Amino acid sequence: MPSKKTKRISTAAALVMLAVVIVCVGQFTKSTSMLRTVFQLGAIYALLAVSMNLCNGFTGLFSLGQAGFMTLGAYTYAILTIPSASRAGVYYLYGVAPWLEKLELPIPVALLVAGLVAALFAFLIGLPVLRLKSDYLAIATLGFAEVVRIITASSPLNRVTNGSLGLTMIPGFKSYYGIFAVVIFCIAVIVLLINSTYGRAFKAIRDDEIAAEAMGINLSKHKQMSFVISSFFAAIGGALMAMYMGAISSTTFTIAVTYFILLIVVIGGMGSVTGSIISALLVIASREWWLRFLDQPMYIGSFHVPLLKTGFRMVIFSVILMVVVLFFRKGIMGEKEFSWDAIYGFFKKLGSKKKTEVHAK
Amino acid sequence: MSENVLKVENATMQFGGVVAVDNLNLEVNEGEIVSLIGPNGAGKTTAFNVITGVYAPSNGRVYFNGECIVENYPHGKMKKLYKGEHAGEYTRSIEPTPDKITQMGMARTFQNIRLWKSQTVLDNVLMAKHMRRTSNLFSATFRLNKKEEQRQYDEAMELLRMVGLEDVKDDSATSLPYGKQRRLEIARALATEPKLLLLDEPAAGMNPQETQELTQFIGEIRKNFHMTVLLIEHHMDLVMDISDRIYVLDFGKLIASGVPAEIQNNARVIDAYLGVADDAEN
Amino acid sequence: MDAFLQNCLTGLSIGSIYALIAIGYTMVYGILRLINFAHGDIFMMAGYFMIICMTDLLIPWYISIILVVAATVALGVCIEKVAYKPLRTAPRMSVMISAIGVSYFLQNFATYLFSAQPKSYPAIGFLSESIQIGNISTTLVTFVTPILTILLVIALVVLVKKTKIGMAMRAVSRDFETAQLMGIKINSVISFTFVIGCALAGIGSILYFIPRSSVYPLAGSLPGLKCFVAAVFGGIGSIPGALVGGFLIGLSETFIKSSAYSEFSDAFTFIILIVVLLCLPTGLFGEKIKEKV
Repeated sequence: MPSKKTKRISTAAALVMLAVVIVCVGQFTKSTSMLRTVFQLGAIYALLAVSMNLCNGFTGLFSLGQAGFMTLGAYTYAILTIPSASRAGVYYLYGVAPWLEKLELPIPVALLVAGLVAALFAFLIGLPVLRLKSDYLAIATLGFAEVVRIITASSPLNRVTNGSLGLTMIPGFKSYYGIFAVVIFCIAVIVLLINSTYGRAFKAIRDDEIAAEAMGINLSKHKQMSFVISSFFAAIGGALMAMYMGAISSTTFTIAVTYFILLIVVIGGMGSVTGSIISALLVIASREWWLRFLDQPMYIGSFHVPLLKTGFRMVIFSVILMVVVLFFRKGIMGEKEFSWDAIYGFFKKLGSKKKTEVHAK
Repeated sequence: MSENVLKVENATMQFGGVVAVDNLNLEVNEGEIVSLIGPNGAGKTTAFNVITGVYAPSNGRVYFNGECIVENYPHGKMKKLYKGEHAGEYTRSIEPTPDKITQMGMARTFQNIRLWKSQTVLDNVLMAKHMRRTSNLFSATFRLNKKEEQRQYDEAMELLRMVGLEDVKDDSATSLPYGKQRRLEIARALATEPKLLLLDEPAAGMNPQETQELTQFIGEIRKNFHMTVLLIEHHMDLVMDISDRIYVLDFGKLIASGVPAEIQNNARVIDAYLGVADDAEN
Repeated sequence: MDAFLQNCLTGLSIGSIYALIAIGYTMVYGILRLINFAHGDIFMMAGYFMIICMTDLLIPWYISIILVVAATVALGVCIEKVAYKPLRTAPRMSVMISAIGVSYFLQNFATYLFSAQPKSYPAIGFLSESIQIGNISTTLVTFVTPILTILLVIALVVLVKKTKIGMAMRAVSRDFETAQLMGIKINSVISFTFVIGCALAGIGSILYFIPRSSVYPLAGSLPGLKCFVAAVFGGIGSIPGALVGGFLIGLSETFIKSSAYSEFSDAFTFIILIVVLLCLPTGLFGEKIKEKV
């Protein structure tokens, strides 16, 4: 097994390489390049996947409310950051609410507020809902997300959320690296939490709730904690989405988005942070880039390849999800995290297999 | 006279129309090892569940270190269904959740081992230390509690050393043989720093040699931790060997109590386990 | 008064459709303890099946209805065999994720096959005719729906209470493992449950889409959720409960839609769900299941 020092150096080297890749993409590609899209969108979905994994994968609380918290985060962020000068234009139909006219916050502060707003709602909805059994919890959180969507676009809030018109002119970081910085910081905090004593308590609740309670862990308090923190980061993910897309409406974050994040988490492995990150990058790269060809008609010579037309890409995705759920339930990483020991062990096994083959000959 | 640690007073547990525990009275004093025995289905684990807060009793009280920690009386649906005794004597409803009772100083193991299967041996013990933390969410996440983490790690390792599991600390809990899993569960319960340890059939599935070792081990726990122990058991050699006093349950009712010598010769106890000879003829 | 009666009729009519679909949810949950997230999307596919039969293949309506119900049943049973049966021994979360996966697949598949644009639903001549009852004018289909639903539910309750297969279904929903040990063919019972649930969903979809006259891939998503609310409200596992739940949700939705708060009608339905789950988790007619520690 590699020594601790070797492992530290390897981890540092890998992180530096990743940083170099991101910087290269930032410096040397056009602003519309596919690589940029993949990295930025992939980073945002990585954060969304990790935040869902905290609640669903590490604590065992099957919540399907992500889209609702993303909506809350995205709208809060947008409302607080659309430049005051542009607001009249955005809210052209209903006008802006008076208290909102001049209220403009710097981007990092708006992100924080977005998270806190969602956390407050998560706390309130969690009090009653977290007591429910897992299937009922799923439906209750799903219902909550829909309620959020409907109320966000409802007419009483027209002067705040612009009703069904949605919000545009949403500003983002001036630098390409802004989104990465936020995502890396957030994921780092979640990883620290998971590896702390509280993270152990969450896993205890997931593995055997009754034993956890018998060992002194207050179930409702810890479930609340996990649910609220997960929603906080889901909201920040939603805000980053708003930043990335520049415009949102109440139909941006539908149930299908929650299902998509769930797909990413399941493929990566429920209970693995590295799995979620890898899966997010792979899935986004496939959807935005590698599998785009599935949506275009394709000809080999004069032979029209059947089946390939718009929408085929998503069908393939759904099939991949079903295959993973049915045959590879643990996903890519299962519940394990990235470790040098595992890679070393893997190559060692390969090497020893080859040696026995050579000897046999 | 040593201090009274646990006192169960007139505890009755009724599920719908079935009386699982019928007017149970028992006491455990400091430093004692007391056993609760009886044929299968006698209500022993239910009694444990009442004491540790998993169920709220239909009627009765539980005292811990002199303080009343659990109390209940028949109300709501139970008012009409209640068949037990001492109805009307209790008026309050104190129903703490199991985690609160563990925090007061009572820890238990389970009849079907409930270890956290996907975690390592060390993590299983460390997780039980969480309830004794002094850090909060913020300080724990941002590693401002390094001293406390180190202390908890050392205490967990010490417990593993005592049960002989420190060399498998990084193995997954399910990879251990059955006997070692039971020891791990006991170590985990000890990690919560209890004053009273409740063991639910700790020797279940063990061969005679393992049972011998366990008997010794429980004695050591009493000595090294100044522990008081209440245990449910079917292995009579363990029970007779180690108990200071024994309570016998049958169909939820207490049919005998006393020192091992008395219980061994008690006709009612023998009947309960073996059945009355005349019945077999009818 | 007329408006009130009009709303009552509309409410009962839409409520009956919700009831037909809710029965599918409640029966599957009773037997498999699974929330079939894909049920609403099966309902949506049934709508497309009708379009294929009548608009594309020009099959007359009386044969199309039979084909649509048959195709919906085939779809449901197929889904059960492929996506749910292999996970019968897996933890609950895995089966739920599988159901979500099927729902996701059906939505994407419909988008791929039929495009995201709404497709127009064929009209069945006489059913869309207007009729007058007293001072209320409505369509024949709106009037026929509640009557048809109540007849179907009565037939279903008789089936469950009086027939052998019905007894088997009740046994399986009470105790899965013991029923197996007693020699009940679990797979047949489960398939039969899906057959009934999907047949009712097929009939429900015909009654639902006729007045709406168009289908789109996400058309089953929201009704599916609302029907699950109806099933929970009535008591999950209870068929009469699903009927009552469906009526109540249909009525409340109609009355709110005709009021000043119409945009909140769906939100209200979900708030009902959360309130019911918290205050009356077994619903109006459900059974309480005690868990042993």
